[in-house]
Amino acid sequence: MIVDLPNTTTAKVSKALVKIREEGGAVALGRVLTLVIATEIGHEEEAIEAANDASREHPMRVIVVSHGDDVGEAGEPRVDAQIRVGGDAGASEVIVLQAHGAAATDEEGLVTGLLLPDAPVVAWWPGVAPAVVSESPIGRMAQRRITDASSQPDPLSFLQHLEKTYAPGDTDFAWTRLTLWRAQLAAVLDQPPYDPVIGVEVRGSEDSPSTGLLAAWLGLQLDAPVSHEISKRGTGSSGIHGVTMVRRSGTIELERPEGNIASLTQPGQPVHDVSLPRRSLRDCLAEELRRLDPDDLYGEVIKRGLARLAAPVEVASTSAPAKGLHK
Amino acid sequence: MPVDITPDFNPLRAPTDRRLNRIAGPSGLIIFGVTGDLSRKKLMPAVYDLANRGLLPPGFALVGFARRDWEDQDFEKVVYDAVKQYSRTPFDDDVWRQLAQGIRFVSGTFDDDAAFEELAKTIHELDAHRGTMGNHAFYLSIPPKSFPVVTEQLRRSGLAAPKDDQWRRVVIEKPFGSDLATARALNDVVESVFPADSVFRIDHYLGKETVQNILALRFANQLYEPIWNSNYVDHVQITMAEDIGVGGRAGYYDGIGAARDVIQNHLLQLLALTAMEEPVSFDAKDLRAEKEKVLSAVRIPEDLANFTARGQYSGGWQGGEKVLGFLEEDGMNPESLTETYAAMRLSIDTRRWSGVPFYLRAGKRLGRRVTEIAVVFKRAPQYLFEASQTETLGQNALVIRVQPDEGVTIRFGSKVPGAGMQVRDVTMDFGYGHAFTEASPEAYERLILDVLLGDPPLFPRHEEVELSWKILDPIEEFWATQGQPEQYRPGTWGPESADAMMAREGRVWRRP
Repeated sequence: MIVDLPNTTTAKVSKALVKIREEGGAVALGRVLTLVIATEIGHEEEAIEAANDASREHPMRVIVVSHGDDVGEAGEPRVDAQIRVGGDAGASEVIVLQAHGAAATDEEGLVTGLLLPDAPVVAWWPGVAPAVVSESPIGRMAQRRITDASSQPDPLSFLQHLEKTYAPGDTDFAWTRLTLWRAQLAAVLDQPPYDPVIGVEVRGSEDSPSTGLLAAWLGLQLDAPVSHEISKRGTGSSGIHGVTMVRRSGTIELERPEGNIASLTQPGQPVHDVSLPRRSLRDCLAEELRRLDPDDLYGEVIKRGLARLAAPVEVASTSAPAKGLHK
Repeated sequence: MPVDITPDFNPLRAPTDRRLNRIAGPSGLIIFGVTGDLSRKKLMPAVYDLANRGLLPPGFALVGFARRDWEDQDFEKVVYDAVKQYSRTPFDDDVWRQLAQGIRFVSGTFDDDAAFEELAKTIHELDAHRGTMGNHAFYLSIPPKSFPVVTEQLRRSGLAAPKDDQWRRVVIEKPFGSDLATARALNDVVESVFPADSVFRIDHYLGKETVQNILALRFANQLYEPIWNSNYVDHVQITMAEDIGVGGRAGYYDGIGAARDVIQNHLLQLLALTAMEEPVSFDAKDLRAEKEKVLSAVRIPEDLANFTARGQYSGGWQGGEKVLGFLEEDGMNPESLTETYAAMRLSIDTRRWSGVPFYLRAGKRLGRRVTEIAVVFKRAPQYLFEASQTETLGQNALVIRVQPDEGVTIRFGSKVPGAGMQVRDVTMDFGYGHAFTEASPEAYERLILDVLLGDPPLFPRHEEVELSWKILDPIEEFWATQGQPEQYRPGTWGPESADAMMAREGRVWRRP
């Protein structure tokens, strides 16, 4: 069910929600968190879809605050709202607030009255993030703040920016997209031989912030020299291309040339195919919502891991990934 | 300086890292009795679901062993069909192809030495080419009478003995014997080949999220523990009801009965989790220590005639369907004395539970399918209210719904709106499906993964099995002298003697 409330206020939206709940039964029971999505008018749907999907795992109230280019301008200040429940909202209830003109200047005031009582607040900027997320009006009221480096104009320098502005509770999808890679690499080291890793090489495309974070994480945890090689977009695929971990007993290689299947090469073992799909927005969001306390490891990686990493080396883009370490 | 790596320390698993799942190491799962229902409906789909969730290693193999003239491809087709039909997660071609590469089949009977040579050859070939690295779990989804021959074959063919840095485990399913003596004999057979810590006894109830949640509910909250004792609790009712009859299991069920089938394992495990003291950690040994402590303090009633009850379902109409009575079931011995309903009053000799009876009941062809634990509290002193005002107020209760509709219900009194002060029972409900809508993993997914990871907390140890038989054996011996069990109509809540047993102490069974 979709209810449109043109030219409205937060109080009216709140009243409408209660009315819908009374008429339709207990729609809002069991909500475990409020997700605030801050975006621009016209960019709401993709994020809402991901949130609705993720609500199958985490029933929540979703508040989408969007504004156009006219924030604070002289035009008519007004707020248009839309409430979606039931089949149009997965297991969540979605409130879309489109703010125009001066009404868009106070996001905090817009949202506060609609937050669920006593439930955690997660903020998500699917597009361009504010300068310092933890100090932005919506960021201040949230326990977790999710940005997405890959949707910034310059993803790699955005990582540097995150490093400077990190506050506990921040997180970025560039990190979430790494989880499957990290799990595979960790699983390899669960097995014998228990031999230290003395060198690491991470390869990815130049616009992949995840590759940088993977290099930073490996360097930080293994305390080994890490080389981070990037290749120009246009050849090869986007994102992470591969990881090499060098040990005295042999070299471990996890390569994903293209598609969803990576190959894992280890000494003394047959080459394995590993399903390593690119993660959807829904998967990333659902994973972020699983823990609502600060991700300290991400904090470490972004503050200390990136700092100890040498600048990425650009390699000639060939279809075969360079293998500098074991030449 | 590169960080050292040891079997107990993996630098890529920082304690602060909450995102990484444990993926099982390279390993193979060998299923005996692979043509059975359990294997097709639960084990194969669970293996696929684990693979789909990325929790199985790339070097994983699934080997079927059965008396069928199948090639690998035939078995692969059987697994494929089972996965398509029963898996919980969506079907993914990439995942399936990856998994299918490791599927093998060995044809033979349990007494056929050559078949086990073939199995050993297949496993060594998998170690070399699939990369299972000599780690294997043998799942005995077969009748216990075949355990001796299969375990002996595994020993003889050298499959039970791992080399360094490898492991071999054996997984067995209930029934773990039919009394203390047979349970011991069975255990001796298995443990003569596999060391005790390599034996994984599956009680699939312990893999259920709601059962694990009993620990969270009791020990992560401040709300319940202070009242979780004889000062406040009047009694506890643990129910496991099925609405179906024995059907095709008639042959198995005759001579087993409800008590041996489910009370000995599932219900006593639920009792142990409900009644045990707080363990010092969730490690397997600490958890088992507490469970064993409380099971060893369980006492059966002195008056077995009055404080146990049993019954057999008769034929009749259940929910609009004509159903056969237990004695008329296809293949059933018409003079069977086996009970399809069992109830008993147990007490626990600890300070915490002094004077608090635990009523257990289990049965087939009952009102509906439900498993729940109801902790019923003492009535508050009611001198403020007149009797007429609280007539419809029952005892406060906390009900843990294990299945279906998993969740927790609290029942308490509330004022009825309007003039005057009338108090009536209301409920406060927590549903797993409301607060966590993602379908929980199947119990078998969790348990198979734990076997491959070598993580034992959810598997009962032989000591627990022995303790529960010690509780049940005297009751079974008494029942054996009592002749025909009382008949009850299908679709009801059991025989009248069970209600009479409660009434003797002024209590009634909850209608679940």
